[in-house]
Amino acid sequence: MKKNFYIFTNGILKRKDNTICFEPFINQETQKPSKLLEQTDLTNIPEEEFLIDNDEIEDEKENQNAKTRKFIPVESIDSIYCFGEHRFNTKFLNFLSQSQIPLHIFNYYGFYTGTFYPRETQVSGKLLIAQVQHFLDEEKRLTIAKEFIRGSLFNMIKNLQYYNNRQKDLSYFIDYLTNALKKVDEVKSVEELMGIEGSARKNYYESWHLIINQPIDFQKREKQPPSNPVNALISFGNSLLYTTVLGEIYRNQLNPTISYLHTPGERRFSLSLDIAEVFKPLIVDRIIFALLNKNIIKQDDFEFHLNSCLLNENGRKIFVKEYDEKLSTTIKHRKLNRSISYQTLIRYECYKLIKHLLDAEEYQSFKIWW
Amino acid sequence: MKITGTHINYYFHCKRHLWFFAHHILMEHTSELVAIGKFISESTYERKQHELHFVEEDFEFVLDFFDKNTNTIHEIKKTNKMEELHIWQLKFYIYRLKELGFHNVKGIIDYPKLKRLIKVELTEKDEEKLNEVIKEIHLLVNQKKPPKVIRKSYCRKCSYFELCYV
Repeated sequence: MKKNFYIFTNGILKRKDNTICFEPFINQETQKPSKLLEQTDLTNIPEEEFLIDNDEIEDEKENQNAKTRKFIPVESIDSIYCFGEHRFNTKFLNFLSQSQIPLHIFNYYGFYTGTFYPRETQVSGKLLIAQVQHFLDEEKRLTIAKEFIRGSLFNMIKNLQYYNNRQKDLSYFIDYLTNALKKVDEVKSVEELMGIEGSARKNYYESWHLIINQPIDFQKREKQPPSNPVNALISFGNSLLYTTVLGEIYRNQLNPTISYLHTPGERRFSLSLDIAEVFKPLIVDRIIFALLNKNIIKQDDFEFHLNSCLLNENGRKIFVKEYDEKLSTTIKHRKLNRSISYQTLIRYECYKLIKHLLDAEEYQSFKIWW
Repeated sequence: MKITGTHINYYFHCKRHLWFFAHHILMEHTSELVAIGKFISESTYERKQHELHFVEEDFEFVLDFFDKNTNTIHEIKKTNKMEELHIWQLKFYIYRLKELGFHNVKGIIDYPKLKRLIKVELTEKDEEKLNEVIKEIHLLVNQKKPPKVIRKSYCRKCSYFELCYV
């Protein structure tokens, strides 16, 4: 089973022989990995130095770095997440592309910056055409969009029921969401569907102050920027989930820019937003409940600014650790009679979508069955 | 569409597999068994020149290696579980070579792991059958929908298992 690698320490990522290695930046005086990136002002270097073959200089450095160097076996990598400040070169990117490893980058504040999306090796013209046809035909588009929402709502209800059985009266919210789920069948347009989803989600978030044992100041969902700890957790969790879904889409023939619920191609690979919708309650929301109710994450894992609240580095580390454990949690798949991880569930969602698009089998979104 | 040895192999294996494969819905890269098979094919008989490509107008095929002295095509396979498919694949190669003007070519399927081999020859009847198969492949691939799941016990080991059954 391949793993995701999350790198927080600043350093150099590079290709070494036929694998990947990571060298933390070394502070010369203390001989400890330094937190700060050594800044070199590129503008002041004379042109000749630019042209020097860097290998010689690197050889000297090589010995110094050998002690702290860490190898990441290339065959074991699913994808790489960069949270720190990293340097790499085209040789490294070429190698990633060749090994088909996506690289996700997050900025200083933990916002998703982008993905190095290796050259597509899985392309099917037939499937691309089918994807476009299903988007252009209003009715076909709505069928798929509805199924995403059904999965999303159903899984939200499952979360509420779980806490409802644990001395928390959430029956009002469960009824509201169940009602919304019924309404989905009669919806006539994607906009209307988004409306139902929006109000259902608002309601769902309102129930969180009952679910979460800590006194939290969480009234409504706010992004750009998140205004309080819970919003910060949701934002960070969702962006991680998008990248995981994107990684799975990359491994099959679906085109990530053509989506059905979200408008395609606006800034992001929007198909990953669609599929993530189904998995948010299972993965992100449950992590947030656990982190807060078990007091794993605390007030000082957040950074408060004038108008925003964000996870700090320590907070992000805690979240990422939980997130990775969540993805590798396994369950028994009923139809296949195999143990599979939550991440594989996401992959299967892609398979089901492919089959729907190719008219092989109608798409049934993932609904928590346990 | 150019028909390859793999198409012939899949035709006898599973029509649905063939349909997906022909439309580039590939799953082989997800399977460890496929990777092992590929490795065996690449790492055995290393003194021979591997992978001889032939590209025609309607066909395209790759021979694992060719023995000039005995005029034999060799095809390396992992296990003989699916012997019939391998035989047909090889017959297709002999048939194509014959059409290209190479006569009296024989075939051998090597199972290096089992230390066994099978000799294959092409009869006139086989040629007729292959002609029919090629026609059917074209018809099948042009179908709008993929054929139904076949539900065989060997599905479990197929790289398309998850796609078909999930």
